[in-house]
Amino acid sequence: MEQDIVIKVDNVTKNFKLPHNKNNSVKSAVINFYKRNKSYDLQKAVNNVSFEVKRGEFFGIVGRNGSGKSTLLKLLAGIYSPTNGNINIQGKLIPFIELGVGFSPELTGRENVFLNGALLGFSRKEMEVLYKDIVDFAELSKFMNQKLKNYSSGMQVRLAFSIAIRAKSDILLIDEVLAVGDAAFQTKCFDYFVELKKTDTTVIFVSHDRGSLERFCDNGILLNEGTVIESGTMQKVLSAYSEIIMEELSHNQTPTVNENTTDFEAEKNINSGEAVITDIKTINNTGGKKSKFNYGEEIAIEFKVLIKKTVINPIVGVTVWQKNIDRAIFATNTMIEGIKQSGKFTNGETIYFKANIPPGLNDGEYYTEPAVSNESGTLFFDRKQKATTFFISGSNNPHSLISTREKIVFNKIT
Amino acid sequence: MFKRIFSKQNIILVKELVRTDFKLRYQGSVLGYTWSLLRPLLIFIILYIVFVKFLKVGAGIPHYPVYLLLGMVMWNFFLEMTMMSLGSIVGRGDLIRKIRIPRWIIVISSSLSAVINFLLNLVVIAIFMIANHVSISWSVLFLPLIFFEVYVFSLGISFFLSAAFVKFRDINYIWEVFLQAGFYITPILYPLSRISNHTYQKLMILNPMAQTMQDARYSIITHQTITSYALFNNGYYIYIPFLIVLITLLIGATYFKKSSKFFAEEI
Repeated sequence: MEQDIVIKVDNVTKNFKLPHNKNNSVKSAVINFYKRNKSYDLQKAVNNVSFEVKRGEFFGIVGRNGSGKSTLLKLLAGIYSPTNGNINIQGKLIPFIELGVGFSPELTGRENVFLNGALLGFSRKEMEVLYKDIVDFAELSKFMNQKLKNYSSGMQVRLAFSIAIRAKSDILLIDEVLAVGDAAFQTKCFDYFVELKKTDTTVIFVSHDRGSLERFCDNGILLNEGTVIESGTMQKVLSAYSEIIMEELSHNQTPTVNENTTDFEAEKNINSGEAVITDIKTINNTGGKKSKFNYGEEIAIEFKVLIKKTVINPIVGVTVWQKNIDRAIFATNTMIEGIKQSGKFTNGETIYFKANIPPGLNDGEYYTEPAVSNESGTLFFDRKQKATTFFISGSNNPHSLISTREKIVFNKIT
Repeated sequence: MFKRIFSKQNIILVKELVRTDFKLRYQGSVLGYTWSLLRPLLIFIILYIVFVKFLKVGAGIPHYPVYLLLGMVMWNFFLEMTMMSLGSIVGRGDLIRKIRIPRWIIVISSSLSAVINFLLNLVVIAIFMIANHVSISWSVLFLPLIFFEVYVFSLGISFFLSAAFVKFRDINYIWEVFLQAGFYITPILYPLSRISNHTYQKLMILNPMAQTMQDARYSIITHQTITSYALFNNGYYIYIPFLIVLITLLIGATYFKKSSKFFAEEI
């Protein structure tokens, strides 16, 4: 039983000293030495963390940004050494903190394959044998004699990944590698994981993607501010994870666009000035403002439109987006609902709008996007992307986008 | 311990890093590797014109042009190796932050790049020795040992500088000044016999670079070279340069080992 544990992390703490005045030159080091000015902030990136990973296990590490996940991974990889505590690792470990480590843009693709291989512990001879496989898998045989700097980033990632999956090791550390690459590449990654699961390779997997964590990981831990706040089965860990996220969001939810979200930042919210949307709320059937809903609960979105200039027959509506797939899953507006002549509004008047969200939405995170436009829908007076976020949880069948009980037919054909 | 240091993986890695360094060095230059040979050749021409024809500093020393070139090549090796190693850890910061490889491999591989260059320069020296009809004696056998001493000395300094540079980014300027000073207090351009004060002569030869340079000249070019053995009459003082080399390596390696744990977070 004992030998089945391949990673044993025992009360590991990692502190970073963040000096107020970094001694980056000899002069300041000398001056500060005499001043005895050694003021610094102690940042506990990882604080008293313990866990064990068994052979062949897929182990997930989740947590918000800055919770210490990457530091922990680097400790496991031996890149950082712990301030306190012990890390015991049995077997060969290969870290993929990043794909294509050591890639040199001035060398050709071919030369980079050998260099990267050497960093993973393969000799030139061993790489010669694997070379054709790697190039075929990356689908880059035409480009191998070109310098890496002429590759697109996608091509670089493909090449790096092809090398990486050839590296046979007992333990793999994977840090959000899947965040890069297109859909086809991600599918390849997942196929590779499925293959890995059949072997007795141990995988430590750090990700934000609930879907893949849920699909592949058996056990895991949840980190928050450097400490483990939940451990055990992945399901248990993930539900604790959504809880802290919801808590966080309900604390700083504002009716305007959430500034913390980066995904949509590039797209500007449109506001031509004739009208402004305010007081956007997600509410339940009693009218109480909420952002966390139980599966099956009635959900409605309401907001107000303040008119600034005279407008005739504006269209008012709302779209709901599912975060993970980044797709609109529901949209309604006054025109769709047949209100063609919504009327004339002048400066100072206010419109109240409310729309019910269809039942059956499954567990997940959703965004609302209210909008008001001119009569033909060609000009947005105001549109707020990602105006509010709401969560649904508690479904007993959470593996699809919607979950409704439809009648099925089930017969044996004779 | 030796098994760990010379493990298959470490050797693979050093080979591959040296190969990369070498390929990248002359990237984009028309003559490419030829520069490794051309550079000492051009330097030689300059030295020859200035010191042999104009200043005549080496009058009385046989084969003085080659004598001069050997000193220059050895000094350049020391300079190149320490300067290249100094920035090696910071320059490979991307590797250090993302993968676990023994840190010293990076310093070793950059030092080996300098060694390769040095060996190419030695080819040029050999050509000049033949052209100058320098007669080879059995003492040429000491040459590898002498060069090894230079390598060990440079390595000790390299370990120290590369680790210190992670924390203190003005080390390279300081080291440049040191090198400049070293260039003049080492008998590279002038023969040691030119220093008339014997105490100064003795002090100067305690510098491992001066000691090795004189030894190398003695063993392959001309026995008319003042060596530490002659100066100190084989007294105990002759061991001082070796002791300096050893202590340098010890301090350098210890400091490197101690601080290498924190490279990833400090770069």
